[in-house]
Amino acid sequence: MSAQLSIQDLTKSYQAGIPVLKGINLEITGDGVTAIIGPSGTGKSTLLRCINRLVEPTSGRVLLINGETSFDLVKVRGRTLRRARRQVGMVFQEYNLVERLTVMENLLTGRLGYTPAWKAWLRWFEASDIDRAYDLLQKVGLSQLANQRADALSGGQRQRVGIARALMQKPDLLLADEPTSSLDPKTSVEIMELMTELTQAEGIPVVINMHDVELAKRFAHRIIGMSDGRIVFDGTSDQLTPEHLKSIYGGESWLI
Amino acid sequence: MANLNQSTAIIRSKPFSLSKKVKLGFVVLLLYVVYATFQLDFTYSRFISGLDNASTFFDRMFPPNFERSRILIKGMVESLQIAVVASLLGILLALPIGLLGARNLMPGWATWPARSLVALCRALHPVIVAILFVKAVGFGALAGILALTVASIGFIGKLFTEAIEEISIKQVEAVRSTGASFANVILFSVLPQVFARFVGFSTYQFDSNLRNSTMVGIVGAGGIGGTLFSAFQRFDYDFVAAILITIIAVIMLGELLASFIRAVFLENIGISDLWRKQSKRTLAAGGKDIV
Repeated sequence: MSAQLSIQDLTKSYQAGIPVLKGINLEITGDGVTAIIGPSGTGKSTLLRCINRLVEPTSGRVLLINGETSFDLVKVRGRTLRRARRQVGMVFQEYNLVERLTVMENLLTGRLGYTPAWKAWLRWFEASDIDRAYDLLQKVGLSQLANQRADALSGGQRQRVGIARALMQKPDLLLADEPTSSLDPKTSVEIMELMTELTQAEGIPVVINMHDVELAKRFAHRIIGMSDGRIVFDGTSDQLTPEHLKSIYGGESWLI
Repeated sequence: MANLNQSTAIIRSKPFSLSKKVKLGFVVLLLYVVYATFQLDFTYSRFISGLDNASTFFDRMFPPNFERSRILIKGMVESLQIAVVASLLGILLALPIGLLGARNLMPGWATWPARSLVALCRALHPVIVAILFVKAVGFGALAGILALTVASIGFIGKLFTEAIEEISIKQVEAVRSTGASFANVILFSVLPQVFARFVGFSTYQFDSNLRNSTMVGIVGAGGIGGTLFSAFQRFDYDFVAAILITIIAVIMLGELLASFIRAVFLENIGISDLWRKQSKRTLAAGGKDIV
């Protein structure tokens, strides 16, 4: 049973009167990869961060519905907010691993929403969580590195850990904010393949912010084009024409 | 555009010259040093006339007299106990107070009382604090322990707060986005980033407490300081020498112990590894890159 995300009239202004998001309406249902493309500074990151509330939205609704549970992510606070966050995994551009912890500890941070602090401090995680961590490490190809400290890893390895950490949450939805922008082209494709395979196997919908239009076309079944805080394109990768790209990014000299 | 060119021309002419205000500042500083030197009778002849005293003083210090070793050991043990208890208390109290003072994690109503408390703990020298506690709770080790605890909170609390304010917020965001509780966010994203520095501050404070615990006795707050002070007053300079030698030896042992602790915590090596061949290298590395 995959989750449904429904964003209604979402706005965000960091400074009063200067909105970054100008009324976003977006429905995401079923599994599969949705890519959000658009120029820098257009609010892609803000949009993703409004979903898991690393950024406080100004107005609107963000509904996360899975079967019987449903959260309005704009309204929830305190314990309910933390419960809602448990359902949403996030992969970051700069991996955001806890550098001084081991790979295994970083994976288990994905379970912190379910673990009381005294148990977490003593590293008393559930045996099933540790099993899942080893399974995920194997799937991302890092079984050998479980006890390495995160700051000893390469960029590609770090992002694999980042994906595994997000999946440790058993999320209803995975957000990825420019997950390949700090990686070389070959590693980028490997990371995208890994992320799509693993989330499809577990039926988790993925929303990815991307710079790379070609990569977005290759991996996403649906592409959202954003420009100036609004959605200006919503369709499949086949429907995305150079005309659309012009309206999203402006100008045409960069199109070959 | 013309304006811009003009200003670049000015910058090109003398890139590293000091401004007139800075030059004037140096001149004023130099004049003040000369004035203070004369004011305090800080002269060579004064130094030479003082040397007479020094030679009789050193004459009577040697050979050091260890006959009253029972008093010496009793005082030294008390100093050590003061240092250990005060360090432990100070470290345990500085952790939450330092955390409360961090502006990037805590709201204003928590940071300003914590910061004021730490500033208050740092305002007075430990000896003055010791005098206050001697007046408040009476002579003895309790006053010394309290005084050095206050000093430890002031030092570790301030540096710990600053260390927390310098952490990478990205790691905190990542842990927060998993739905972790506040306590878990602290445990898994804040503490790992500052733990090494915290161990560094704590061992330095232990060093400093060990030194200060030999001094608070001078004002009656327990430890070897009291014995040292009365030996001075009775002109038992050979006993003074014995006490000083013991203090130096204990302080050096304390520094060794502190670098052991740093090595164990920061290099992630077990205690048993310390006795193996590589231990010297890791110990040397453990001493660096802290604070």
